[in-house]
Amino acid sequence: MTDHVVPRRDRFGAQDVLTEAVRGLPGRPGRLLLAVLTVTLGVGSLVATLGFAQTGAHQVAARFDAFASTRLVAAPAKNIQDDHDLAVMPWDSDERALRLNGVVAAGLICELDSKTMVIKAVPLNDPEAIPLAPPAVVAVTPGLFSVVDASLVEGTFINAFHQENAELVAVLGANAATTLGITRVDNQPAIFINNFSLTVIGILDTASYHPELQDAVIIPLSSARNWFGLGTAGQLDLDISLGAGDLVASQLPTMLNPNDPSGYAITKPVAASVIRSQLSGDVDALFLGFGLIALVIGSLTTAAITSLAVMERRGEIGLRRALGATRGQIGAQFLTETGIIGLLGGLLGAAGGVLVVVGVCAANSWTPILDVRITVAATLLGLVAGTTAGVLPAIKAARTEPATTLQAGT
Amino acid sequence: MSSAPPVAQLRHVVRVFAGTPPVLAVNDVSLRVEAGDYLAIMGVSGSGKSTLLNLLGLLDRPTSGSYELGGVDSTTLGERQRCQLRGTMLGFVFQSFHLLPDRTVLENVLLGMAYSGVERSMRMRRAQQALAQVSMTHRAGFHPTTLSGGERQRVAIARALAARPKILLADEPTGNLDQNTSDEIMDVIGELRDHGLTLVVVTHDQQVAARADRIVAMRDGRIDTEGVFAPVLDVHHD
Ligand SMILES: Nc1ncnc2c1ncn2[C@@H]1O[C@H](COP(=O)(O)OP(=O)(O)OP(=O)(O)O)[C@@H](O)[C@H]1O
Ligand SMILES: [Mg+2]
Repeated sequence: MTDHVVPRRDRFGAQDVLTEAVRGLPGRPGRLLLAVLTVTLGVGSLVATLGFAQTGAHQVAARFDAFASTRLVAAPAKNIQDDHDLAVMPWDSDERALRLNGVVAAGLICELDSKTMVIKAVPLNDPEAIPLAPPAVVAVTPGLFSVVDASLVEGTFINAFHQENAELVAVLGANAATTLGITRVDNQPAIFINNFSLTVIGILDTASYHPELQDAVIIPLSSARNWFGLGTAGQLDLDISLGAGDLVASQLPTMLNPNDPSGYAITKPVAASVIRSQLSGDVDALFLGFGLIALVIGSLTTAAITSLAVMERRGEIGLRRALGATRGQIGAQFLTETGIIGLLGGLLGAAGGVLVVVGVCAANSWTPILDVRITVAATLLGLVAGTTAGVLPAIKAARTEPATTLQAGT
Repeated sequence: MSSAPPVAQLRHVVRVFAGTPPVLAVNDVSLRVEAGDYLAIMGVSGSGKSTLLNLLGLLDRPTSGSYELGGVDSTTLGERQRCQLRGTMLGFVFQSFHLLPDRTVLENVLLGMAYSGVERSMRMRRAQQALAQVSMTHRAGFHPTTLSGGERQRVAIARALAARPKILLADEPTGNLDQNTSDEIMDVIGELRDHGLTLVVVTHDQQVAARADRIVAMRDGRIDTEGVFAPVLDVHHD
């Protein structure tokens, strides 16, 4: 035999393997579809999960940024050694702050010591009265409601008149209202704090920036000072116009106390929604796990289907060997077939995952955020899952003995 | 004739299939195949014909003994070299046609050259020539499922011819065909020898075997009688 070397381009190379693999795939369209779909499901749920996580994080971040850039909190600074306040908030801090350019709204807020409070929804000394887990009592100036972006289910907010006259009125947080059994305010219900009867004038719907207000009885700061012995004005929350933060922060201390401005700490608030986003991380992990499991199932399905195909195509394998195919070339063909299944599943899954994210975001008018690298990585993950699935069937195919497969059968 | 080197030569070849008990399928067979030979292998079922043909076709390795193909001792070759030798020197025709059903006749014939290193630019012309040799040019675009058994075997022969092998190995090539079709196929195969191809045909069919120059009869894995004339056939008629 002339032992001439075959030029590389005329050998059965990678391109031939790919061609043969592609041509071999549609043999059983139903099974092919099943394998592709299971991989699609796995990759798709991974992409969707990551997409939602990213979109959600962005959503939270956007909300937080919006808050952070237009909100400031002023409070007495603390002595590092003994934790004592270095200054006192003036009772008219809110009015002082409003004199500054860039301050849109200002409100004082101070929680009263609930241990000294007895809060009831019925007149005192009623033997039938069930002791309640008392809601907090929070004193505010009228401006605070606008700072925290509050809205009411019904009734009115505490206003300047209530504050000026130290009226015995209260706005209830939604949870506090439930606790106290008050559902409406048009009949002027009363609650009782330390023997004082307060008229409920409103029930909160939202208080996005101070969600803890939902659990509180909210009363005018002046009333708290007058009737319940409130000794300090707490902290001052500010709503400022965008970009005015630095200016306001620098001028506010002087406005609060021209003689000793150094005793105040001006900070940007941390939005409660950031904390909530960590909670949804658990849900993400759940779906991520689901996606991974689906991908593994997809891989196993592909492996099983390909194993079956190897059995059925023993004749073809034998023939190819008879035509001069090496074990390696046979193995590579089947490995490539499952690789293509995985790649198809990866592509469809990535596309489907993106569609789901975009669809859900559109329905909720969120901005869909999805790192392109995730879709690329997910597609490749499909390829890896498919190729991995092909390893055992490919070995089986490569080991098929041509001599035994070529005689019987079709 | 005997001065020229044989194209294939088996020396004391044994093939044992492991098992309980082990099967001695080919038992100390020595066989010379000269270039241009037309050899038929006969014998009852289970006598080792296919096993012998598989050994000749490098589809199987002997348990012991040596096998020289085209001047190369195949028992010393690695897997890759055996595959290359098989793809370039040997063509196969089987009882079942082993055509890929989702490919056209032409594509099936082209597949015959995929692993044999035939220059790519030549393949289409060679495939068409091979189809012409078996008179199947008019079916080039058809799918095998639409063809008759005889036509399918013609395509299988064309596939084997396309890579221009030195030896054509056929295991019961007419086993699935009726008498007339069988004759036609053997006519096609017989013509190939005129183009210098060496033929080895395993068959049960005396009429098929009678076309060969030489008949090797097998019994229990051994070569029983070697002859060139008809009377031998009567002895081993089953
Ligand atoms: N892969 C194998 N494993 C075990 N035994 C085998 C194997 N292949 C063949 N045999 C045995 O070897 C012997 C010869 O088989 P072979 O197929 O060569 O016979 P044959 O002459 O071709 O028969 P037939 O005319 O039926 O095709 C038989 O006894 C068979 O059972
Ligand atoms: Mg046989």
